Amino acid sequence: MATQARTDLADPVLARKPQNRVWKKFRSHRSAMLGGILVTFFILMALAAPILPIPDPAATDWGAVRKAPSAAHWMGTDEIGRDVLARMIWGAQASLLAGVVSVGIALLFGVPLGIVSGYFGGWTDAVISRCTEALLAAPFLILAIALAAFLGPSLTNAMIAIGISAMPIFVRLTRGQVLNIKTADYVESAHAIGLPAHRILSRYIFPNVLPPILVQATLTIATAIIAEASLSFLGLGQQPPAPSWGSMLNTAKNFLSQAPWMAMWPGIAIFLVVLGFNLLGDGLRDALDPREH
Amino acid sequence: MLPFILRRIMIAIPTIILISMFVFALQKLLPGDPVLAMAGEERDPQVLEFLREKYRLNDPIPVQYVTWVGNALTGDLGISLRTNQPVLELIGQKLPVTIQLAVMAMCFALLIGIPAGILSAVNKGTVTDYVANVVALSGLSIPNFWLGIMLILLVSVKWQLLPASGYVPLSEDPVKSITTMIMPAFVLGTALAATLMRHTRSAMLEVLTADYIRTARAKGVLEKRVVLKHAFRNALTPIVTLTALLFGELIAGAVLTEQIFTIPGFGKLVVDAVFNRDYAVVQGIVLITAIGFILMNLLADVLYVLLNPRLRGQ
Repeated sequence: MATQARTDLADPVLARKPQNRVWKKFRSHRSAMLGGILVTFFILMALAAPILPIPDPAATDWGAVRKAPSAAHWMGTDEIGRDVLARMIWGAQASLLAGVVSVGIALLFGVPLGIVSGYFGGWTDAVISRCTEALLAAPFLILAIALAAFLGPSLTNAMIAIGISAMPIFVRLTRGQVLNIKTADYVESAHAIGLPAHRILSRYIFPNVLPPILVQATLTIATAIIAEASLSFLGLGQQPPAPSWGSMLNTAKNFLSQAPWMAMWPGIAIFLVVLGFNLLGDGLRDALDPREH
Repeated sequence: MLPFILRRIMIAIPTIILISMFVFALQKLLPGDPVLAMAGEERDPQVLEFLREKYRLNDPIPVQYVTWVGNALTGDLGISLRTNQPVLELIGQKLPVTIQLAVMAMCFALLIGIPAGILSAVNKGTVTDYVANVVALSGLSIPNFWLGIMLILLVSVKWQLLPASGYVPLSEDPVKSITTMIMPAFVLGTALAATLMRHTRSAMLEVLTADYIRTARAKGVLEKRVVLKHAFRNALTPIVTLTALLFGELIAGAVLTEQIFTIPGFGKLVVDAVFNRDYAVVQGIVLITAIGFILMNLLADVLYVLLNPRLRGQ
């Protein structure tokens, strides 16, 4: 038996950890790597905003109103002479924060509810499932707009609204995963040896529902960033003078013929960061899919 | 078939009840006294008390809910504070505009998404497949309000080919109506085209490996016929049901598109209502959209059974 065990460990294929396999698969996925690079670039840009040598994003310059891109203002200036590049860089903070925090809210409530619903079944499951269906029936953006309208316009409320609107996706996904896993042999065995429910949930169920949730979370960050930009575009998200890509587009649409650059850059930024998260999510899905190995 | 539809309707009822509770609860989210929000600048205590009585805000919350649902069931969703019109009448006026936009957007989505999905699946692993996938993913990543702004800039401002905004009713001047709607419909249809393309591709890939396709090819059936008659017809079921589901999404997506192109539809109504603190309209729109969405889900389920002969007898 001891010899057998030694042989297994010596075998490079058996010794290779699943996470190493996933990482190797992910690294070979070119578009996923591109997504990773795009996302990292925007995160670094948002984090470095306070130390970058750029003008104050709120500083107005009435002598440089709606100036086209130049050496002094790489991306031009807006309708009150603010530097578009500086606002773009600071605006990345609002967008990324909104994406991550709203998905965090959705995960914080959605995953435990999904686990409870799937694992305990019965009335608990029926109530949670019906509530999830009701929330899913209201289209994502309409729900987010309604919530943001009633909560009041601010970035925090927009994040709460997006988080609540995205939550049902995670409840449903987690519930489905738990239903699959709870009939697996290792969970049945854990039941048989008398492990308490909280231990089975934390040790056997939760780690196994994580991979698809991770994929969905990445893709939902992309949706949340668009949703935040949409709410800010409508005036329900980040409030002026604080910069956000959505509110920059809202202002820019009034100066399309005079200053098209005001509309161009924030849109390209939203597109690239959303594309990055979508590529990353697709790559993670392929890397974590056991059928792909 | 009828028992199936009835069963599906029965399942939808608790969902609709929960939505109504949720929509009712929305007004409770308002910070402070809802009457102050409703009254706007008005601060006369008598007026405030009149409003409180009128909307029965002095009643316990469950009673308020039952009254609200009772009114909603008779078509009374309240009165718009801005226009003084019944909410349902207001929605009824705006909805046809959005439906026209949604139908045209769906035409664009189907015309782009399905052929692209078929081409991509038939040419799997080639440059065509790669390009189609990149375009689809880009379509999903472009915020449609930005695409709208860029199109206005190019097509309307620079090339002056199409009007940048406005709406002409179909009954008034059909050609002008369609011309005005082309650009917004294209913008709204893009993301949907991308979703349809990805689903068509995966449905076609699954069907193209089936035994009967191999048999058809072995019998010497022309490839075009194999793809369009044998494969596509069988891949159509999930696509049709998805189309029904996406129609609900279109109505929601119209919010931003109508805002950019100044189309006086359902979406513009909700945004205007939000900024005018016309909460009865916001509640009415959420309720009507959610019920519409549930009905589209129901339609999708019925279509799925109708199109799938193996399920029809069950």
